[in-house]
Amino acid sequence: MNQPHDHDHQHPHPFQPDDDAGEPTHHMQLVRALRELLIEKGIYDGDEERQAIERMVARAWADPTYKERLLANGAAAAEEIGVEVGPTRLIVVENTEQLHNVIVCTLCSCYPRWVLGLPPAWYKARAYRSRVVVEPRPVLAEFGTELGGDMEVRVHDSTADMRYMVLPARPAGTEGWSEEALTAIITRDCMIGVTVPQVPSKHDPH
Amino acid sequence: MSQSRFQPGERVSVIRRYPHHHHRAPDYIKGRTGVIERLCGIFGNPETLAHHGDGKPEQPLYPVRFDVQHLWGPRAEQPNDTIEVEIYEHWLEPAA
Repeated sequence: MNQPHDHDHQHPHPFQPDDDAGEPTHHMQLVRALRELLIEKGIYDGDEERQAIERMVARAWADPTYKERLLANGAAAAEEIGVEVGPTRLIVVENTEQLHNVIVCTLCSCYPRWVLGLPPAWYKARAYRSRVVVEPRPVLAEFGTELGGDMEVRVHDSTADMRYMVLPARPAGTEGWSEEALTAIITRDCMIGVTVPQVPSKHDPH
Repeated sequence: MSQSRFQPGERVSVIRRYPHHHHRAPDYIKGRTGVIERLCGIFGNPETLAHHGDGKPEQPLYPVRFDVQHLWGPRAEQPNDTIEVEIYEHWLEPAA
């Protein structure tokens, strides 16, 4: 991982080349082929897991006691509604009116795969990993997320054994919505923390 | 190591060392001071696990919260923004 160091300094090191740069290597081609086969044969589907997690967020919005359990122990709260999160040690962090959380792994690309499926290519790209810790606001703006100046941005660098998921703030205008309607506005990017749930201007939950 | 040395809220500094082997403490927080957010649990040490070792002694793991102003100085975008990084206990010492 880290290159030999016997001096004390701060300059960037290439930890790993970006996934999306250059020609895919032999191993990358193998991994992609295996992944496509698994999805084709119905053995693995990252999206299904994610849909279950979207339900978890909707439940937390509707039920404050469930939200408490989710924030205290993410894996146990997932299992409570029948979502098996495997070996993931999950920390759920809550967005509020004063605090916006966003997740990165600067060392490599740790990602809660058991919860959110396969990570998007940008999450693994060096541009995101190096920029979001130093200048989160312009990075979030590139995802269309503009935050007020009084909002605290908290970046979680997922460097070790824990995996993180953002519990987005429930947007205004969703009062009385069904769990199904709420689930529809919860996206993967909201749970990484680069976007916030959008309420369509004309929405009929019924 | 079965007991954790630090409590949530305690101020700690990340030890400034640059070992040649695999480790999970990013350079940008080395030598910096932050606050223990919680105890995540006690885990095998990745520095030996990555090299086919047994990960012993196991290490308590904590998210440590840093102020961006402390990390980036005048480059910090917003003084009240924060960064949390998971750090194993053997990389931490009580803040001076």
